[in-house]
Amino acid sequence: MKALYEQNQSDVNEAKSAGRGDLIPTIKFRHCSLLRNRRCTVAYLYDRLLRIRALRWEYGSVLPNTLRFHMSAEEMEWFNHYKKSLATYMRSLGGDEGLDITQDMKPPKSLYIEVRCLKDYGEFEVDDGTSVLLKKNSQHFLPRWKCEQLIRQGVLEHVLS
Amino acid sequence: MSEAYFPVESGALGPENFLSLDDILMSQEKLPVRVETPMPRLGAFFLERGAGAEADYALPQGTKLELPLWLAKGLFDNKRRILSVEIPKIYQEGWRTVFSADANVVDLHKMGPHFYGFGSQLLHFDSPESADISQSLLQTFTGRFRRIMDSSQNSYNEDTSALVARLDETERGLFQTGQKGLNDFQSWEKGQASQITASNLVQNYKKRKFTNMED
Repeated sequence: MKALYEQNQSDVNEAKSAGRGDLIPTIKFRHCSLLRNRRCTVAYLYDRLLRIRALRWEYGSVLPNTLRFHMSAEEMEWFNHYKKSLATYMRSLGGDEGLDITQDMKPPKSLYIEVRCLKDYGEFEVDDGTSVLLKKNSQHFLPRWKCEQLIRQGVLEHVLS
Repeated sequence: MSEAYFPVESGALGPENFLSLDDILMSQEKLPVRVETPMPRLGAFFLERGAGAEADYALPQGTKLELPLWLAKGLFDNKRRILSVEIPKIYQEGWRTVFSADANVVDLHKMGPHFYGFGSQLLHFDSPESADISQSLLQTFTGRFRRIMDSSQNSYNEDTSALVARLDETERGLFQTGQKGLNDFQSWEKGQASQITASNLVQNYKKRKFTNMED
């Protein structure tokens, strides 16, 4: 892009000083190419941002390390800003404590749900203190809001009876 | 990911959307063009036109080129100083009569996968046929729409490649929206609407992780 720009600059100067008005089409041509390159890069970067935004809604606040590795420093910064804005917004809804809108993406039918474990996760603590050992293929009956995060990450599987 | 990722939509039949990836792909399609004024120093780009390899070679007047839409749009000017655009065959008289005869038979994917989008952008170059082109585009679309809607709403869990093969990009988008609606309705009927599932992104990510480990 720099080469195009420099060629254009020299041509513009020449057109203005030497009165070679017929260089204008050439200048326009190069200008169009520059605009096109800019459009493509901007659209690519914007699309990446849209996908990172989707990651916050799908994965939760903490991203796995391999994903973080693929993002640039600016994208990480943008992600953190977005997380903060979302958190501030959620806190401002619904009364004193705020409302977590990333929960309950699908309308809930009951308070407790049946889940099956897809892979080993380890110990998992429930609200009233009992902890549950999550081994592969073990089934549990757990409160909905605790499991939603894990189900979305693929650790648990929601079983419909 | 499919639930949370909202890509920038195409500008469809109006002005293009700057950030839309679909529009960028569409404006890459080529257009036959005739150069009206000689263009200095660009001869090196178009070497296959028999020009010399000198850096200062000017593209002579009257050269016929195939330029992508974005370039043609940028260089076009109402006083027609630099370029004059020829309408591609598909939008001309002959094909227009074919479309008015029966629009359902034509393989629009072969005719340039962005038939409707490209056609709408063509109206930017004022040509005496613009009114006819827009009329023909509308008629083709209305003619084909019924079939697209029917086929998208009635093929559940089937291989749709035969149905989609002859559609252009805009129509494929419509078809996919229809399919998604159908799938959502079916899953609601089965009672899966309240079942929390791992997102598509997570599932794809797991598959990709395996290939990383194999490397």
